[in-house]
Amino acid sequence: MKQAIVTMRCGAVALLALLAGGCDRLVVLNPKGPIADAERGLMIDAFTVMMIVVVPVIVMVLWFAWRYREGRNARYEPTWAYSAKVDAVVWLVPALIVIAVAVLLWRSTHKLDPYREIASNNPPLDVQVVAQDWKWLFIYPEQGVASVNQLAIPAGRPISLRITSDTVMNSFYVPALAGQIYAMAGMQTRLQLLADTPGKFVGRNTQYSGGGFSDQFFEVVALSQADFDAWVAKAKQAPGKLDPPTYAKLAERSRLNPIVQYSAIEPKLFDSIIDKYTGGHQAHGQTPTAPARR
Amino acid sequence: MFGRLTIESLPLYSAIAAGGALVTVGGALLVAIVITWLKGWLYLWNEWLTSVDHKRIGVMYIVLALIMLARGFVDAIMMRAQQAMALNSGGYLPPEHFDQIFSSHGTIMIFFMAMPFMTGLLNIAVPLQIGTRDVAFPFLNSLSLWLAASGAGLVMVSLVIGKFSTAGWTGYPPYSGIQYSAGVGVDYWIWAVLISGVGSTLSGINFIVTIIKRRAPGMTLMRMTPFVWTALCTSVLMAFAFPALTVACGLLALDRLLGMHFFTNELGGNMMNYANLFWIWGHPEVYILILPAFGVFSEVVATFSRKRLFGYESLVYATAAIAILSFTVWLHHFFTMGSSANVNAFFGVTTMVIAVPTGVKVFNWLLTMYRGRITFHPSMLWTVGFIATFVIGGMTGVLLAVPPVDFLMHNTTFLIAHFHNMIIPGVLFGYLAGYMYWFPKAFGFKINEPWGTAAFWFWIVGFCLAFMPLYVLGFLGMPRRMEQYNDPSWQPWLIAASLGAVLILIGIACLVMQIIASVRDRKRAVDVTGDPYDGRTLEWVTASPPPAYNFAVLPEVRDREPLLDMKERGVTYAPPRAYQDIEIPKNSAAGVIMGGLAFVFGFAMVWWIWWLAILCGLAMWATMIWRSSDDETEFVLAAEEVERLEKARYRTLEAVKAANP
Repeated sequence: MKQAIVTMRCGAVALLALLAGGCDRLVVLNPKGPIADAERGLMIDAFTVMMIVVVPVIVMVLWFAWRYREGRNARYEPTWAYSAKVDAVVWLVPALIVIAVAVLLWRSTHKLDPYREIASNNPPLDVQVVAQDWKWLFIYPEQGVASVNQLAIPAGRPISLRITSDTVMNSFYVPALAGQIYAMAGMQTRLQLLADTPGKFVGRNTQYSGGGFSDQFFEVVALSQADFDAWVAKAKQAPGKLDPPTYAKLAERSRLNPIVQYSAIEPKLFDSIIDKYTGGHQAHGQTPTAPARR
Repeated sequence: MFGRLTIESLPLYSAIAAGGALVTVGGALLVAIVITWLKGWLYLWNEWLTSVDHKRIGVMYIVLALIMLARGFVDAIMMRAQQAMALNSGGYLPPEHFDQIFSSHGTIMIFFMAMPFMTGLLNIAVPLQIGTRDVAFPFLNSLSLWLAASGAGLVMVSLVIGKFSTAGWTGYPPYSGIQYSAGVGVDYWIWAVLISGVGSTLSGINFIVTIIKRRAPGMTLMRMTPFVWTALCTSVLMAFAFPALTVACGLLALDRLLGMHFFTNELGGNMMNYANLFWIWGHPEVYILILPAFGVFSEVVATFSRKRLFGYESLVYATAAIAILSFTVWLHHFFTMGSSANVNAFFGVTTMVIAVPTGVKVFNWLLTMYRGRITFHPSMLWTVGFIATFVIGGMTGVLLAVPPVDFLMHNTTFLIAHFHNMIIPGVLFGYLAGYMYWFPKAFGFKINEPWGTAAFWFWIVGFCLAFMPLYVLGFLGMPRRMEQYNDPSWQPWLIAASLGAVLILIGIACLVMQIIASVRDRKRAVDVTGDPYDGRTLEWVTASPPPAYNFAVLPEVRDREPLLDMKERGVTYAPPRAYQDIEIPKNSAAGVIMGGLAFVFGFAMVWWIWWLAILCGLAMWATMIWRSSDDETEFVLAAEEVERLEKARYRTLEAVKAANP
């Protein structure tokens, strides 16, 4: 049985690899970081186990429909309507499969909890993310810079994101690097990512947010540490500073904003965006400035 | 005087919107002209609109569902066409129009296609299958129908006057709040859903009581047909789940109308509460829709395999288990909202557990076919097509139940492909199977089979071509609801999907042709016996269409398949010793009047025409008092009249028997 599952898994991986290899744009099947890779692997495992039921059902329905059709005079037993053995199999086989997948689910859900920071010798880089209509603002609190519609990250270093919204609910999604999480006003959600190697990826909002929704994509650039340092240094030279009037102007509705960096930010800008909605009361049990749950 | 309603509310902002309005108004006018030309208004009013007969109410529900299916499909094919062409361009629809279309598509298909279709099938089949003369509350039944129709009417009117919501069929705040969606669109959505939702709650209560209290003598719970079991479970879910939706929409309306803060961004409002309330209704809703379809498949597979249903008890327990579990999984619709790993994992596991009873059902259907003698009536084709494709949707559903996989695939077209894979083969194929299966019972002549077969093939091939590419697009990282995009690798798949939509369009045309051909051939295809498929259950005992009283004498049930049992004992059409007077509920105009008032009330609330809303509210109240104080809601059909009708039927049966010995 185990051997069979291993064989099937290899088959599924080969099939998906063929599909993925044929087209490098199948981002979800071509992950560029460990989180997305683990999530994809989990999907393939669950898919493989499910095939134990799916394939026989499709084969059986077509086969039975053909074999027992009128006029073919196959064996006919109009009163055969129960068998304890068969009944046991139809309850137990799906139950066993579900138990197997449930164990996988429980472990992986904890392992891939988006609030759990990635274990690494490299300390994580904190980035704060603000969803606006219809663009994304990335704040680098340690570096004191901010960037619109471009998230630059050092490759190989864990990135720890804190995410909120200055408008309606959004969902932050970089499919090549990690799954998504909602961005909600007055609240903070978290997400961890890591890019294995330098590269460029697409990020999007996936939660419909109004007329400019289709245009609300951004660029993720994973850079070597040296290039990232250079990026920060360049951002520090940027002409614009993200003072309150500039922020207010930026937060207004706009589409297809060009990539822009700001050389300075207001201290506690991210917290102040959350406080705007909670009136400083840390609502809903979410403490914006508190560390991660774990 | 007219609240927010001005001449600017007419859809003159774009040619396409104006065209849609014109088609809607033109269609309504055309129907009105045809009815007037046929001098049909009085007949329609007396025999149908005011009818409280469950069979006619069932037919009217299904007519409503088929009209709304056409409207919802027009939305669908417009979206597919837009996405097929909108690479680096605006396509032909501006965002504010495209966004209304995806919102109305979902709203219509769930609330005004699937719900009425399901309730219609329940109405036609449940009272007949349990051997009773009507539902427990015939007038309430009529009221439910007209509330559903008035909700559907509000959605249709939004095409002509004002705009529809752009907030999607789920209406998530804060986007659907007054601050971000100031127009009338969300209000149309709220009042359409609220009004029809009240009707659904009432239907649920009605069918629970009917099934519990009105079964024929000898029909124990474990002798009920699988369809009645699914109807019972669905009714329980309707009665318990719909109030949550009504409350969620009500609170959203308070936010919008009175400036309250249940779901706003600020002042303590929280959209997460809405998501919870909405999906506490929304997930049971999936099972409200699909359980009766499972019931239809169970009937069809046994009838057309000419075999007893395999594992009846397993199937019943599986149905009940699904009904209960359906209330324990709602959070999987928002794993990405940042719940802790324990919470997500708990709801992931409960979601998966539902796959077990569902899997059991699939195997029971397969084993019913095994060693059967299968004939391929279109209903059976829908069933086979369902099983072969539904497992794929079930599998992707289990994948999405794993929270980390959901993080990756949520809100992408993969999710869209998944739920259409459940709802088209699962729900819609089931309803179409039931519609074709019970058509002769409702009308007294058989439905045309070749057109039904053609419809099946276009639908299933079209479905695969339309939705399998969406799974791939999910892997390409395409979010749902994109009005335009800049990734060229998406376009070939979107073009393929739009071709699938064209095939489905042909499938719908085949359904229309099927009705035309069936009516044309009605004399030749007449069903004299009332039992066209050599059936096994009680609905086939009585005439097609059944008389107003369904059964002259309530049948005595001794077996799980009562008609088969009667056939084996040779007592199928034995005339009773004596006939009795039968009380039949009188037609009532109160249902259609209250539905009409609810429609005007909803319209007034959408446009802030307060005096009209108050007036309609009072008028509804008055109608209810008037109806409640009517003590003579039934008339007596004398035993002699029953005898005359029944004897006429027995004479025809004898003649048929003599002609085909």
